[in-house]
Amino acid sequence: MRSKVLALLAIGVIGAIAAGCGGDDATSGGDASAVGGNGGTITVDGSSTVGPYVTLASEDFTTAGATTRVTVGISGTGGGFERFCKDETDISNASRAIKDEEAALCKTAGVEFAELQIANDGIAIVANTDNSWATCLTTAQLKKIWEPKSSVKSWKDVDASFPDEEIKLFGPGTDSGTFDFFTKEINGEEGASRTDYQPSENDNVIVEGVSGEKGGLGYFGLSYFEQNKDKLKDVAVDGGKGCIQPTSATVQDASYAPLARPLFVYVKKSSYARQEVKDFLTYMLANEAKIAEEALFVPLTPAQLETAKSGLAALG
Amino acid sequence: MPTLRSERRRTGETLVRLGLGLAALVSVLTTVGILVALVVPSIEFFREVNPLDYLFGTEWTPTFKDGSFGVLPLLVGTLSVTFWACLVGLPLGLGTAIYLSEYASKRMRNIIKPVLEVLAGVPTVVFGFFALTFMTPLLRSIGLDVEIFNVLSAGIVMGLMLIPTVASLSEDAMSAVPHSLREGAYALGSRKRLVATRVVVPAAMSGIIASFVLAISRAIGETMIVVIAAGLKPGISLNPLQGLETMTTFIASTGQGDIPTGSLEYKTIFAVGLTLFLLTLVMNMIAIRLVRRFREVYE
Repeated sequence: MRSKVLALLAIGVIGAIAAGCGGDDATSGGDASAVGGNGGTITVDGSSTVGPYVTLASEDFTTAGATTRVTVGISGTGGGFERFCKDETDISNASRAIKDEEAALCKTAGVEFAELQIANDGIAIVANTDNSWATCLTTAQLKKIWEPKSSVKSWKDVDASFPDEEIKLFGPGTDSGTFDFFTKEINGEEGASRTDYQPSENDNVIVEGVSGEKGGLGYFGLSYFEQNKDKLKDVAVDGGKGCIQPTSATVQDASYAPLARPLFVYVKKSSYARQEVKDFLTYMLANEAKIAEEALFVPLTPAQLETAKSGLAALG
Repeated sequence: MPTLRSERRRTGETLVRLGLGLAALVSVLTTVGILVALVVPSIEFFREVNPLDYLFGTEWTPTFKDGSFGVLPLLVGTLSVTFWACLVGLPLGLGTAIYLSEYASKRMRNIIKPVLEVLAGVPTVVFGFFALTFMTPLLRSIGLDVEIFNVLSAGIVMGLMLIPTVASLSEDAMSAVPHSLREGAYALGSRKRLVATRVVVPAAMSGIIASFVLAISRAIGETMIVVIAAGLKPGISLNPLQGLETMTTFIASTGQGDIPTGSLEYKTIFAVGLTLFLLTLVMNMIAIRLVRRFREVYE
């Protein structure tokens, strides 16, 4: 009997201590976090290009004192919207604007949302490191290579001064935002591309392919090139104003035309009503320049930032 | 008391019977479920795409603008890789089986069998990277002008993957051949080689064919190796030095991407899946017929 009483007492004491600690934690969290973000979970999914950006944003958010958990999936832009419109996620990352059919799905499901541009990205044209001839390609040459039913088989077909080396093409699959963007800028129509290249949803396949073929040529996001600089060579692009190398700087001052693109997050209105979501997005926009730099993207222009901020404000 | 005991046993029997029946039912239900899941989107697909264009078209660009839906390039890709895999895997597997069953000493068997089991346990994704990072450079170093992603190295490595399947099933069939047959052949003055090739192999033919067909079905359905090493470019070509997209590669790589649900591209995945399913089904039906035809019944 006595041991039972003792046990109960012990449990009571432990409970009181635990409760005390819990209380302490909550207050200290509240005190330290000037950025808000007290508890809760934010579910994010979508583009694998934007994913690292939001992950970095959430890490910085945590460092700044927030206790909100942000889970970032990378199902791809389309996959992200699919979940977003099923009401499964709070924020959807996108390397292109939402398509009409996707927006229609959201509408049917009653999911209201706002589009926020969060950064700019550049597409890098990459060649094999043994490729000594292609240091700069004009947009006309790129079009000649990549346009639908292109007859370019050898590098010689691109420019008479290039060697007769077979050209082996690698690029993103048709569902990728990079593909949409590249085809629109280079071939003049979104989705118009030659089809006899190796399309891959996995950028690493493009790296493997181009680094494995002397005549290889491919394209993907600049951030992925930065990570694989030792295996590939970037090709400068001449959009009419001379050859421009793709770097953060040239994308920033928009001289790397025309292969720079906006990146978005889509925010669900009902999620934005939650304080932690509001805190996170406010933090992300306030620190977008720093996060973009960490994520190897290019920050927004003041005008773009203004648009994003007013888009957020419109959500309530 | 005796009544009670037998009563209890009967309840137990019923429970066991029910449990085992349910276990068997799961596979039936799964098959039906998969079939329904494949057929429904496929029907929608064939409402938009003429089945004849699908079956006999020679251009496969379903995800591109104004895409073509001819499945032949994917079929050629699948069969081409399967051909090379079988060319490597079936003879080596059968040879291993004959060696193990007829020639190997007990010590050798004790070494080879576990090694085969290890080989059978290697995940196919590992085989895929083996093909890309070992076999392709090897083929290049012996002077073959292969593309970085090519049918040949995927096929060869897939063939290596098939060896344990063929070897263990064929060896089981050969071990089951009655000893009296071998002894009869020896008594007639046959040498070991004759016994193996003229007596044991024919007698075990039904099991050997079953192992071959299972291996072919595995090769047709194999995904990771071709996704990693055989490339993503659909085409009709018998040149194994080039890369080709197979049906499984298309399904895996397109499913991985961001195509919108409900779109025609999305349904294409299921149509190809159904085609693959039917192809394997036909293979298995042929197998059952062959196995019956070559079955040798003793005693």
